[in-house]
Amino acid sequence: MTIITAVPPPEAPGALADVPIRPSRVPGPLLFVGRAVRTLWSNSKARIGIVLLGVIALIAIFAPLIAPHSPTATTFTPYLNPTGQNWFGTTGNGQDVFSQMVYGARVSLLVGLAAGILATVVAVTIGLIAGYRPGVIDEVLSFVTNLTLVIPGIPLMIILAAYIQSRSIWTIVLVVAFTSWATGARVIRSQATTLRTREFVTSAVFSGERLFRIVFREILPNMTSLVAASFFSAATAAVMAEASLEFLGLGSPDTVSWGTILYAAQQQNALLTGQWLLILAPGLAIALLATSFTLINFGVDALSNPRLREK
Amino acid sequence: MPASRTPPLSVDQVVKSYRARGRDKVTAVDDVSFTIAPGAAVGLVGASGSGKSTLAKLITGSERPTRGSIRFGDVRVERLRAARLRRFHRQVQIVFQDPYGALNPLHTVAYTVMRPCQNFLGMSAADATRRMHELLETVGLTPASQFAAKLPHQLSGGQRQRVVIARALACEPQLIVADEPVSMLDVSLRAGVLKLLARLREERGLSLLYITHDLLSARVVTDEILVLNKGKVVERGNTKDVLQHPQDTYTVQLLDAVANPYAAAGESTR
Amino acid sequence: MVLLDARGVNVVYEPARGQRIWSVRDVDIALEQGEFVGLVGESGSGKTTLGFALTRMLRPPARLEGGEIHFDGVDISSLDGEQLRAQRRNGFALVLQSGMNALNPVRTVERHFGDIMRAHARPGEDGSRAQIRRRGAELLASVQLDADVLSRFAHELSGGMRQRVSIALVLSLDPRLIIFDEPTTALDVIVQRAVMQTIKDLQREKGFTALLISHDLGVVLDATDRVMVMYAGRIVEDQPSADLLRGPHHPYTEGLLSSYADPRADEVELGGIPGVPPDLSLAPAGCSFAPRCPLVEPICHEVDPPLTPLGAGSAACHVRASEVVAHAR
Repeated sequence: MTIITAVPPPEAPGALADVPIRPSRVPGPLLFVGRAVRTLWSNSKARIGIVLLGVIALIAIFAPLIAPHSPTATTFTPYLNPTGQNWFGTTGNGQDVFSQMVYGARVSLLVGLAAGILATVVAVTIGLIAGYRPGVIDEVLSFVTNLTLVIPGIPLMIILAAYIQSRSIWTIVLVVAFTSWATGARVIRSQATTLRTREFVTSAVFSGERLFRIVFREILPNMTSLVAASFFSAATAAVMAEASLEFLGLGSPDTVSWGTILYAAQQQNALLTGQWLLILAPGLAIALLATSFTLINFGVDALSNPRLREK
Repeated sequence: MPASRTPPLSVDQVVKSYRARGRDKVTAVDDVSFTIAPGAAVGLVGASGSGKSTLAKLITGSERPTRGSIRFGDVRVERLRAARLRRFHRQVQIVFQDPYGALNPLHTVAYTVMRPCQNFLGMSAADATRRMHELLETVGLTPASQFAAKLPHQLSGGQRQRVVIARALACEPQLIVADEPVSMLDVSLRAGVLKLLARLREERGLSLLYITHDLLSARVVTDEILVLNKGKVVERGNTKDVLQHPQDTYTVQLLDAVANPYAAAGESTR
Repeated sequence: MVLLDARGVNVVYEPARGQRIWSVRDVDIALEQGEFVGLVGESGSGKTTLGFALTRMLRPPARLEGGEIHFDGVDISSLDGEQLRAQRRNGFALVLQSGMNALNPVRTVERHFGDIMRAHARPGEDGSRAQIRRRGAELLASVQLDADVLSRFAHELSGGMRQRVSIALVLSLDPRLIIFDEPTTALDVIVQRAVMQTIKDLQREKGFTALLISHDLGVVLDATDRVMVMYAGRIVEDQPSADLLRGPHHPYTEGLLSSYADPRADEVELGGIPGVPPDLSLAPAGCSFAPRCPLVEPICHEVDPPLTPLGAGSAACHVRASEVVAHAR
């Protein structure tokens, strides 16, 4: 039985003497994203998710080039089934559904990402503080978190959206973020509590580090996959929540999103008029966007748990 | 050994008890008193649950005693908070047991060893880098430039422990509390790390509090020891005397527990 | 009669694409019936991996590559599933370092016995509660525990007691071979000696073949008839225990022995071995110990020394082997 020598022996120690010292491996944001994407790509599920998300993002970015018509122009004959000019047919107001779908990608994606980011930032802040500082602060923050968790999400969103006077995308983003930060905060708090007692954190205290540095440069970097997973979960929830709010008619009347298409379809009784595409298309698109985030999340799990990694 | 400017550390009638929710009070440390003279190497020996790790936390200010006091010179350790506690860490450092947990897996060796230089000694990055190289050489990690860029998972257990010691030395402490520093290392690597500790002590006049369950390493490193059983000191004295003439049954039990292949063969000395 | 005969065992571990670590390299082991053999090694020596390989407990990303493992005449290296289980019933078992943590926290000790006895019921056993209790009490007594431990839960027992329970559970199947992987390492230092003594006594009484895997040379020399020393995935020395203490042949074993001393002596000198264990993802030519060896010669960097007869056993060292040859001339 022969032993395969796979790798040549390491260089002589002297060769490394001139390597400049990088103080820490906590990488800059761009480097981190680049490295993360590469690792995720190696996971088959995540790869599908990235591709899917990429396609949707491209559609959203190049919407003006892809959509044949303006999404809001009411120039077409209403209630049409798919024709050569209107690939997905038209709405009750004579708008081209296909163009609406293309431009709608922008809103759904934007809201999903923005609300996801906002929810994650809040979750990380609250979770880290609660996890690192036991005592009164932790009790108060945990109570607030649990309270938010217990209140049913959709009814809360509906009430908030109904009461806030301004009706813009950002209202939606705020409302959605407000109802989805709590789950992430809970998880991050647990992890922070575990990390807090690790010896390298105590070592950092003995090295004279101050609170801010300990939390953001010792604990947080060791939680990146958790934060990423939290973000993707929040983004998934945000996409669904945004669609729900729009569908219920609580969105801004000017926006065109997949949710508003569903709302219009419902108003027009699209199923009765045989325009099932008005429901299928946005429904499928929402599902695909949410699924792409979830698939990427599988890859993030594998990042933090090497046993889940594929060869 | 240079005359030590380290103040003595005295532990006076310290008691530490915990009350777990709904359960009985647990007394981890029960009326313990001792002094570490400047430049001395004192051992705290006992099995797990004897209270030795709790004492380490009390002495380094990580926890406060229920009763009693801990004095480092004139400073009352148990009264230190925030900024004053941080300054105290400059003088009293700790070396942990688990080389795998004591280093942040994301930071290079350079970062870990430079931080105390920058925090406590106010050094610039360039000065701290130079000092970091010196420290790595001191603990035997040569060539320093090769080790500086490494991450913990690229080092062996013994190497990691040396990094931990380098970090502890970085701010020029006066007392080092070493909590089972070699217990998790391979037996063949222990002597190297212990000799390092002994040499550093001699060269710098450091005081050393060496905490362990292993009497062999205590014998090699310390001049006097205290034997702890369930939070109480059951025996104390000059290390060699205590080990050659143990008075307490617990000490005898600890002696028996020392893995000694030569004893197995019926030879009591080598 | 040779109960376990393993030849050419190799274990490769692939934690990530492109990385191959040879944890065990070309190991031959033969255990006679009733022998108590020790396997000593430090971190990275491959001793635990070998123990797992011999009991077919390896899990991906580690796998057995090549070699044969004959237990009682049957080659178990190629068996799987039900056939393997049948062989396990036939008599080999593994006691783990963390065996005390392997107890189900919500079931009593008695139920643990019941699980095993029912799963591997033998003809003539009715699996009744009374029978389980009787046999359970017997087994607990053999590990110096009272019968009332049967009704306890894991958290009500100390670490030492839990480890004894896991040994008793293994004994319930009357195995002919037991591999102990660091059975006392996770225990409190004072309890270690007592549990080790129990294992020694059990082996002598019941006569099963035993392999004790440990990093602690002192414990192993005390308990076993024969010791094998592992370094970097290979067996570098194999001697009767009494002989090893008096005269180790391999420089690694010498270095290892020098790391122990009697704390009561007037002068205590702790030896050790300089350097670090080798990186097992590389497989350089020559002896893996060469970088740290005080006796190193040029040939050591080129040719991996085979195990050759030295003293009452064998050792893998060019320098020592050539000394014997020189002597013989």
